[in-house]
Amino acid sequence: MSEIVDILISASFWAAVIRIATPLILATMGELICERAGVLNLGIEGIMVIGAFAGWMAVYQGLPLWGGVAVAMGAGMLFGLLHSTLTVPFGLSQHVVGLGVTLLATASASFAYRLMLPEVTSPPKIEPFQPLHIPSLSDLPWAGEALSQTALTWTAFAVAGLVAWVLYRTPLGLAVRAVGENPAAVEAQGLSVTGLRMGAVIVGSGLMAVGGAFLTLSAFSSFFFEMVNGRGWICIALVVFGAWKPGKAVLGAILFAGFDALQIRLQQTDLGAVLPYQLFLALPFILSILALILMSRRAEVPASLMVPYNKGER
Amino acid sequence: MRLETIANPSAARRLGLPALALAATLAVAMALALVGGANPFAVLGQIATGALGSKLAVLETLNRATPLIFTGLAVAVAFRAKLWNIGAEAQLYAGAILAVVLGTGALASPLVLPLSALAAMLAGAALLLGPVLLKTRLGVDEVVTTLLLNFIMLLLVSYLLEGPMKDPMGMGWPKSTPLIPEARLPRIVEGLRLHWGFALAIIAAVVVWVIQTRTTLGFEIRAVGQNPEAARFAGMPVNAVLVKTALLSGGLAALAGWSEVAGLKGHLSLDLSPGFGYTGIIVAMLALLHPLGVVVTAIFVAGIFVGSDAMSRAAGVPTYIADMLMAVALLFMVLAILLTRVRVVRG
Repeated sequence: MSEIVDILISASFWAAVIRIATPLILATMGELICERAGVLNLGIEGIMVIGAFAGWMAVYQGLPLWGGVAVAMGAGMLFGLLHSTLTVPFGLSQHVVGLGVTLLATASASFAYRLMLPEVTSPPKIEPFQPLHIPSLSDLPWAGEALSQTALTWTAFAVAGLVAWVLYRTPLGLAVRAVGENPAAVEAQGLSVTGLRMGAVIVGSGLMAVGGAFLTLSAFSSFFFEMVNGRGWICIALVVFGAWKPGKAVLGAILFAGFDALQIRLQQTDLGAVLPYQLFLALPFILSILALILMSRRAEVPASLMVPYNKGER
Repeated sequence: MRLETIANPSAARRLGLPALALAATLAVAMALALVGGANPFAVLGQIATGALGSKLAVLETLNRATPLIFTGLAVAVAFRAKLWNIGAEAQLYAGAILAVVLGTGALASPLVLPLSALAAMLAGAALLLGPVLLKTRLGVDEVVTTLLLNFIMLLLVSYLLEGPMKDPMGMGWPKSTPLIPEARLPRIVEGLRLHWGFALAIIAAVVVWVIQTRTTLGFEIRAVGQNPEAARFAGMPVNAVLVKTALLSGGLAALAGWSEVAGLKGHLSLDLSPGFGYTGIIVAMLALLHPLGVVVTAIFVAGIFVGSDAMSRAAGVPTYIADMLMAVALLFMVLAILLTRVRVVRG
C-alpha cells in the first residue's frame, strides 16, 4: 500500500495524469457538444485518428506546430460535415453513420500515410510541443513539476471552460441545449434546427481531432496506426459519466487519467510482478463500462439525443 | 430542405439508387487510384483479377469471405431488431479461444468438432448477453459496451497467448499451441484450399433466413426492430426477444473465430482477425440485412480486400484503398436506401 501512496504524492504522477487527461478532455468536450445538440457522434474514434495523422503530417511537411493543430481541426471538421450532413438533414441512423465515419476516417489516415511514406518502416518523428515555462509557477517545488505541461494541455482546459461558458451563459449555448431537448420549440423560435445541429457536430468533431493531434504533436511526436486505441469510445463513456456537463466531464477525464497513470506505475511494483500486464491495460475499458452502469439510472440525457428532426413531422 | 415519404416507390427507384451507390463507390475508387498515381482502369482491372482471376484467387476470396459471412449474419440478425451489436470482433475471439481450449487435446473424441463449435457459440452468446442485459435492465447503450469489450477481449487473448495457451514451440512469437488433427475442419474437396467453414457459413445463412421468415422468433425480431413500443403494446416480450436475438448474434459471430482457427489457421494468434467484426457491419448493411444477401456481399467485400492486396503489390496504390472503399460504400448505401423511401423537398 505504501507504494501506492508514494505514487499518489509524487509530482511526476500528477504531471502524467494531466498529460493523459488532455486528449480525453478535448475529445470529450467535442462529443459533449454534439450530444447536447442531440447527435451521437460515433465518428469520434476515427476523427481522433485523422486528427492525429493530419496534424503530424502537416508539421512533418514543414508547418509550425500550431499550423498542425489547425490542419487537424480542419480535417476533423470535414468529417464532422460529412457526419452531420447524413445524420441531420437526412436523419440517417446515427449509429451506422458514426461507425461509417470512424471506418472511413481511420482508413483515410492509413491510406494517406502509406501514400506519403511508402517505404518507411518506422514513422519519422517531429519536434513536438515543449512544456511551457510559466514565471514563478514553474519554479514552485511540487506544483512546478506537476504543472509542467505543453501549451496544448493548457488549451484543453481553456476549451473546457469556454465550452461551459458558451453552453450556459450565451444565447447560442441555450439554443444548442434546446435543440437537443426540444427541436420543435427551437424551430418555432425561428432558429434553424439543421444549422444548429450541424454546427455543433462540425465544431465538436474539430475538437475531437485536436484531441487526436495532441497524441502526435505533444505526447508521442510520431504517428502509429493503433495509437488512438479506443480513447474515442472511452470519451463517449465519459460524456455519460459527466452527465452531459462540461465540468463533471473534465473531472471524469482526470479521474480516468488518474487510473491510467496509476496502472502504468503499478506495473512496475510487486503487484505488476504477480498480475498480468494486460489486466492493467484493460483497466480503462473496464472502468468505462462500470461508469456507464453506475450512471445508468440518471435521467440527464438530452431528451432528443439520437432523435432526428424533420420539419413538418410532429 | 425537408424529407417527404414516398407512398409507392417505383421499382426503378428501389433498384436504381442502390446501383447508383455502387457506381459512386466505383468512381471514388478511380479517384483514389488517380491520387495514388496509377491508371484508374488498370487499378480496377488489377483488383478484379486479384480477386477472381485464377483458381487460387477465387479460393482465397472465398476463404476470406467465410468469417465475413458469419460476422455479417451476426450483425444482420442483431440490427434487424435494432440491437446494435458492434462487438462481433470480441465474440469472434471468444469463439476462437474455445476452438483452442477444446481442440488442443483436452477433448480427444470424434465429436470434438461439433462440441467445440457449440461451446464457441455459447461463449460468443454469453459475451453479448452482458451488454444486452445492461441495455434491457439499466438502459446502458449497447454500442459503447460492446465496443469497449472488443478491446478487453483482445487484451485477454494477448494474455492467454503469452501465458496459458502459449505455444512452447512458437519461438517467442505469440501464438497458441496448434490444434490436433481431429479438431481441424477438413477441406471441402481434397486438394482445393477451401475448408468446410465456408459451407457451414452458407448453411448458417440459410438457417438464419429460415428463422427470420418461417418462425415466430423471426416475426418478433422484425416487430421489435420496427417499433418496440408497438411490439410491447401488442403483448410481445420485447426484452426476451432482444435476449434471444443477442444469443443468436453472439453465437454466429463466435463461429467466425472458431472456423478461422479450426479451418484456416489451426492456431490462435493476435492477428487472427483484421477487423472481421467491424467489416461484418458493412457486409450486413450492403446486404440490406438480408441473410442470403450477406453471403453475396461477404464474397464481394472479401474480393475487394483480396483484390486490393494483389493490386497494391502491382500498382503501388496502398492496400488501405479497400478499407476506404468499404466505408464509402456503406455511407453511400445507407443514403441510397433512405432515398428510395423519401424524397427531398424544399421548404
